[in-house]
Amino acid sequence: MSGGEPILDVRNLRVSFSTEEGDVQAVDGVSFQLRPGEVLAVVGESGSGKSVTAMTLMGLTRSPNARFEGTAQFRDTELVNATDDELRQIRGAQIAMIFQDPMTSLNPVQRVGDQIMEQITAHGEIPEAQARTQAVEMLDRVGIPRAAERARSYPHEFSGGMRQRAMIAMAVSCEPDVLIADEPTTALDVTIQAQILQQIAQLREDAGVGVILVTHDLGVVADVADRIAVMYAGQIVERGTVDEIFYDPQHPYTWGLLGSITRVDRDRPGRLPAIGGVPPSLANPPEGCRFRPRCPHAFEPCTQVPDLEQRGASGSGHVDRCFLSAQDKPRLREVDGQVGLTTGSPSA
Amino acid sequence: MTRFVTRRLVQMVVVMFAVSVLTFLIFNVIPNGDPAVRMAGKVPTETNIEAIRQEWGFDENIFVQYGTTMKKVFTGDLRSYFTQLDVDEEIVKGIPRTFSLAIGAALLWMAVAVAFGLYSAMRAGRFADRFLTITALVGISMPVFWIGALMNYYLGFKLGWFPNGGYVEFTTDPVGWFTHLILPWTALAILFIGFYSRVLRSNVLDTLNEDYVRTARAKGLSERQVMVRHVLRNSLIPIVSLWGLDFGAVLGGGAILTESVFDLQGVGQYAADSIGQLDVPPVLAVTLFGAFFIVALNTVVDIVYGFLDPRIRVQ
Repeated sequence: MSGGEPILDVRNLRVSFSTEEGDVQAVDGVSFQLRPGEVLAVVGESGSGKSVTAMTLMGLTRSPNARFEGTAQFRDTELVNATDDELRQIRGAQIAMIFQDPMTSLNPVQRVGDQIMEQITAHGEIPEAQARTQAVEMLDRVGIPRAAERARSYPHEFSGGMRQRAMIAMAVSCEPDVLIADEPTTALDVTIQAQILQQIAQLREDAGVGVILVTHDLGVVADVADRIAVMYAGQIVERGTVDEIFYDPQHPYTWGLLGSITRVDRDRPGRLPAIGGVPPSLANPPEGCRFRPRCPHAFEPCTQVPDLEQRGASGSGHVDRCFLSAQDKPRLREVDGQVGLTTGSPSA
Repeated sequence: MTRFVTRRLVQMVVVMFAVSVLTFLIFNVIPNGDPAVRMAGKVPTETNIEAIRQEWGFDENIFVQYGTTMKKVFTGDLRSYFTQLDVDEEIVKGIPRTFSLAIGAALLWMAVAVAFGLYSAMRAGRFADRFLTITALVGISMPVFWIGALMNYYLGFKLGWFPNGGYVEFTTDPVGWFTHLILPWTALAILFIGFYSRVLRSNVLDTLNEDYVRTARAKGLSERQVMVRHVLRNSLIPIVSLWGLDFGAVLGGGAILTESVFDLQGVGQYAADSIGQLDVPPVLAVTLFGAFFIVALNTVVDIVYGFLDPRIRVQ
């Protein structure tokens, strides 16, 4: 499993985009480490900055409108300030990425096998025949039946699950050290979701790949992740191991996320629990704690931005951004006998 | 794929039949009065009219008339009653000229438009893009008979850099063929360059936002590979089909103005001259052949499109 020196060390990453509504601070001081063979889940709702964080590591957010601060050390390379050419050599070869929508992430007019070959030949002088054999092998390994034949298919001849498998085959064909999966199961139905997650977990077991799993679905991460970083409005609001996050969550936003998971082993709620309000505009974020306007437990100190530090008792790796006292939290987060966010009107 | 091609070919035959019926109706049935009188030209004599009536079967029923007309057009048995020349022979004489003009112009406008469109998209919003946008608008707004006449007058007549109109056979003098065609090619291509570069620019900008382009970048491909293999390739698909259609349209009659301005004596100019002389048989034949050619080329474009974009084949 996880162990050893971190392969990826992100410190105080900030990404902002200038738009017509002003500067949008999409990622605001995100730090985390990833070790070989570890699955780190980055969880948050739409617009929390999780995808931007992931894509920034690959240099895919670079544009004239984007500004970056902070560092992301990958081996000997600092990714945020790396030149385009340095990044190009790392992309696909050492850090690979799987995207959310397998329907649109493959080129519709190229054969699936050719697209995998393209990945293989992009990072080394490999004869075409060998690259083709390798591509078919990769498809076979991710469980595409009759891989040699299917390599000649076009993406529209694949089902959604098969396309995502093909994406995985492509991503891991150069044996990367880090795999970034950006909502890899969101566009798939539930049974296929489980298979794809299984596939990702397998990579970690077999090849010691470090995985960053970006998702909005806490249910998805419970089985495969080692650690979880919960993001809200561009910041990590809580980070810890899976057990710490699920059994001793410290931040009210995490409580809300956990409370909104529907579970088959519990009574069906009359209404699906939801977190009231909407995520804040990142062009004009609220003062102090970002979650304050939606938080029923907010009190005076929340007008200051809480640091990300250890506050609970569960371990030094478990950090959060909430001023509520650790003694009060177990009582406050209990809703109908489970973890949740009370629906009382926010007071601030 | 075989089924796809077969279906397209059958459709083509059906459309061609419909086109032939329409052309027949437009020329021989819909206009008021005696078709034989119109055929006979500006100064018809009674004997001429009677002979034409017999020859074309205008005193028979409409189906016989249709049959005779098609037979005359397609067996080369069609004669102008004005010049007394065989119409199909005249058309065949003009075809190399019209093709030389259309093929050269099509290659020119495609090549230049791809370069302009791609460059414009990659510099979107900056000075070069704006400059090319304005240039394209100016190009689209200039009618070919105007820009053609200007080029002919200044570059051909006044400066003498290029031949002042006319056409030389490729087989007798390739260089002369080329120099005689430079101005017509350019004049005809200008409009299309403006139009195509605009379309390509917006296609490229759309394609750049596609997820599979992001995937291509994530693979670690060089920017050049991303642009050529993924962005340009996919952006060109709609342009290629447009290209085929426009090429067909130019051959099927769109070159009339250019041919006349530069005196190329192609099929288009033959049609224009015939119209001027109220000479019906050549106009009928050129219309029919032109329409057939456009239909055939549309079919080719459809089939090529099926090869370029595999999603089209399934339906």
